[in-house]
Amino acid sequence: MIVPTVLAFLGDFGEGLDFIFHERESVSGGVQVGGLGQVGGLALTHVEVSAAAMALGTALAAPIGLYLGHKGRGQFIATSISNVGRAVPILALIAFFIAFIGVGFTNVALALTLLAIPPILTNTYVGVRQVDRDVIDAAEGMGMSGSQIIWRVRLPLALPTFFGGVRTSAVSVLATATIAPLANVQTLGEPVLNPQTYGFPGTIGASIVVALITLGTDAGLGVVQRLVTPKGIKLAQGGRNAKGFSIPLVRRREQPT
Amino acid sequence: MRALLAVLVSLVLALAVSACGSDDSDSKSSDSGGGGEKAGSEIKKNPANSGKSLTVGSKNFTEQYILGEIYVQALQAAGYKVKKDLDLGSEQIAYKALKGGQIDGYPEYTGTSLTSFFKIKTDAVPKDPDKAYQEAKAKYAKQGITALARTKFENTYKVGTTKDIQKDKLGGATKLSELKPDEVAKLKLAGFPECRQRTDCYLGLQRNYKLKPEFVSTEQTYAALDNGQAELAAVFSTDGKLTSGKYTVIEDDKGLFPPYNISFGIDTKKLKELGPDAEKVIVDVQKGLTLKNMQNLNSRVDIDKDKPAEVARLYLESEGFVKKGS
Amino acid sequence: MVFDSLAQVPERDTGASDQCVAEDGFCPQWIVDNFGDYVQPLLDHTYLTVVTVVIGFAIAFSLAILAHRQRWLTGPIIGFTGALYTIPSIAAFFLLLPITGRGNTTALVALVAYTLLIIFRNVTTGLRAVPAETVDAAQGMGLTDRQVLWRVELPLALPEILAGVRIATTTTVGLVALAYLAGGDGLGRQIDAQITFKSNVALAGGLCVLLAAVLDLIILGVQRRATPWMRAAS
Repeated sequence: MIVPTVLAFLGDFGEGLDFIFHERESVSGGVQVGGLGQVGGLALTHVEVSAAAMALGTALAAPIGLYLGHKGRGQFIATSISNVGRAVPILALIAFFIAFIGVGFTNVALALTLLAIPPILTNTYVGVRQVDRDVIDAAEGMGMSGSQIIWRVRLPLALPTFFGGVRTSAVSVLATATIAPLANVQTLGEPVLNPQTYGFPGTIGASIVVALITLGTDAGLGVVQRLVTPKGIKLAQGGRNAKGFSIPLVRRREQPT
Repeated sequence: MRALLAVLVSLVLALAVSACGSDDSDSKSSDSGGGGEKAGSEIKKNPANSGKSLTVGSKNFTEQYILGEIYVQALQAAGYKVKKDLDLGSEQIAYKALKGGQIDGYPEYTGTSLTSFFKIKTDAVPKDPDKAYQEAKAKYAKQGITALARTKFENTYKVGTTKDIQKDKLGGATKLSELKPDEVAKLKLAGFPECRQRTDCYLGLQRNYKLKPEFVSTEQTYAALDNGQAELAAVFSTDGKLTSGKYTVIEDDKGLFPPYNISFGIDTKKLKELGPDAEKVIVDVQKGLTLKNMQNLNSRVDIDKDKPAEVARLYLESEGFVKKGS
Repeated sequence: MVFDSLAQVPERDTGASDQCVAEDGFCPQWIVDNFGDYVQPLLDHTYLTVVTVVIGFAIAFSLAILAHRQRWLTGPIIGFTGALYTIPSIAAFFLLLPITGRGNTTALVALVAYTLLIIFRNVTTGLRAVPAETVDAAQGMGLTDRQVLWRVELPLALPEILAGVRIATTTTVGLVALAYLAGGDGLGRQIDAQITFKSNVALAGGLCVLLAAVLDLIILGVQRRATPWMRAAS
């Protein structure tokens, strides 16, 4: 039972790869689907709408998280909205936007932005909060003003956690952009959602490409995360947690995502 | 924190209570049955059928839900035990379910079966509804499926638009051949995703009429017309929204679209098991399905948000197939 | 077969009271009248979410305990669960169709796969964050490794673990809304069935959020009861 399934799966996998590289006729006939040109175009749109959402989401969430973290206020709100915000079905968001701005790139980008915000908001907040009180005291003792503390102390020390949030967010957005074709944005979700046109190889091929893009983005951001971790923290984190998770160690009180 | 919890709990309780309360039968059907003779005679329950069961499926849009329910309720009235597996998905999924035995039968459109299952090119499909049905029937038979008699109504693709747009942007054109290609190239056509790749939809417009508007892929084609995101839409002739008076269709005068009559496809072996009543009930109950009636039934679900099962019941009662209140 | 004088289905009653519904608006009366239709989907949605998290936790927790003993396993497990995490759930639904067919099973497999990384990561991070001195002290008191794990390390790691469970739960609620694509149950089908109808979308979407909030609070409550020393500290 298992062996034929595995073999069939490998066969399907091969067909999926074939879809990526070679055109073929659609299931209902009459038009060519697949091939690098089409798949590349879909991938480009996929990345575009995701990038737009990440940019906007970060621009909105980071300053708020930074401010709240510095002031030490609104932890419950920030974490709760963030948590529960993950549960809003993306379909509902898209439908909501259809009612006001119709289908299209803006619709999907906005919906994905709302999806991107929670992890970035929470992680920025926690990253800023977890800076040791002693360090802040020392900085104040040195005569730094509030904004100097934010920019020269909290921000650099918060960067690793912040990037952890960006990573989580990016993976989530890239995965969800698969549903964009429902709103006329032709991402890699198009072959996934329409197997009757593209066939099962189309679904597999598109899934492979999405997975690769997502893995690549996650790995890339992981590298950035390690690069921005100040040397001191890397040394402190040292042996026990040297694996470079997307969730660095934090103190007991607040939980990042 | 506790206050928030209390608010949430009371909200949940309030909603739960109101859910229990609203259980009334909300039948909006007026009792003034339509004019003219009844199309059907009452389906009699045959005790011989009580031991026999079957599973009826349907595809995943309003008209299919209604048709599925009509067949289900009619067969139940004849005494069969019927299981429902409506909302299967697109035709490929429904066909797979039928061949695989997950369902015993479902209503399919003749044109769809020929182009999607039997790989006949759209241009090669017979334009005559009976010929198309006969060809589908023959092809199905080779798969061990019996395609029962076709309905009179068909649900075919139409190019729809609003009356305003027809006046302002299409120069009052009522036929597709009257549209000018270079003007249409500046317009947008909203259609369900598959339409873009179908020779009996978007691609057909290009080939037969040289019309190439920009394609907007969405299931909500009427919404796209309403909010100005498209001037044309790929719609269906039995759509409920077409009765609202706001929309109109542009005639396919060159006959691009194949026939799309409904034919209930059922597993041949199962059909024999069920006895003669099954086929008789299915074919009889279809007799009242006219274009106008289908549009009416679809409107009730799409616009009035009635339930397909209720609407099917309404149809069966007003046509006399089942007694009211039985 | 004469089709001429056919009965017509009664004309629709397009009275003013139905205007809101006909225009796909936000209609409180309709919501109240039809709320009952959303109860079963909500229950199905809850069922799928809870079962996903329970199974996901069972698997991820076991893997984390394993990796706690055999540190070298951490990398490969992260790699494997990470790979499962990066496959978009929607794609997973369609990919699994030929193997597990349409229905809740396919949805559950994809959903469980998605939660593994989150929970594994949090359990591991929580355990590793227990200060070495605490572990030493416990071992010094004569506790075996196993006792140290269950009586010292895990309780101290609980907040981090439950944080992971909270995230997994709320994320799953959002993903279950797409389970209908695999033939599964849940509120997603309601949304898709009448996606232009604002009342429907608001109600179904709102119920998802409500469900997530309730589940989130329940887990928070468990966390508070299970870690009384935290309340003293904060």
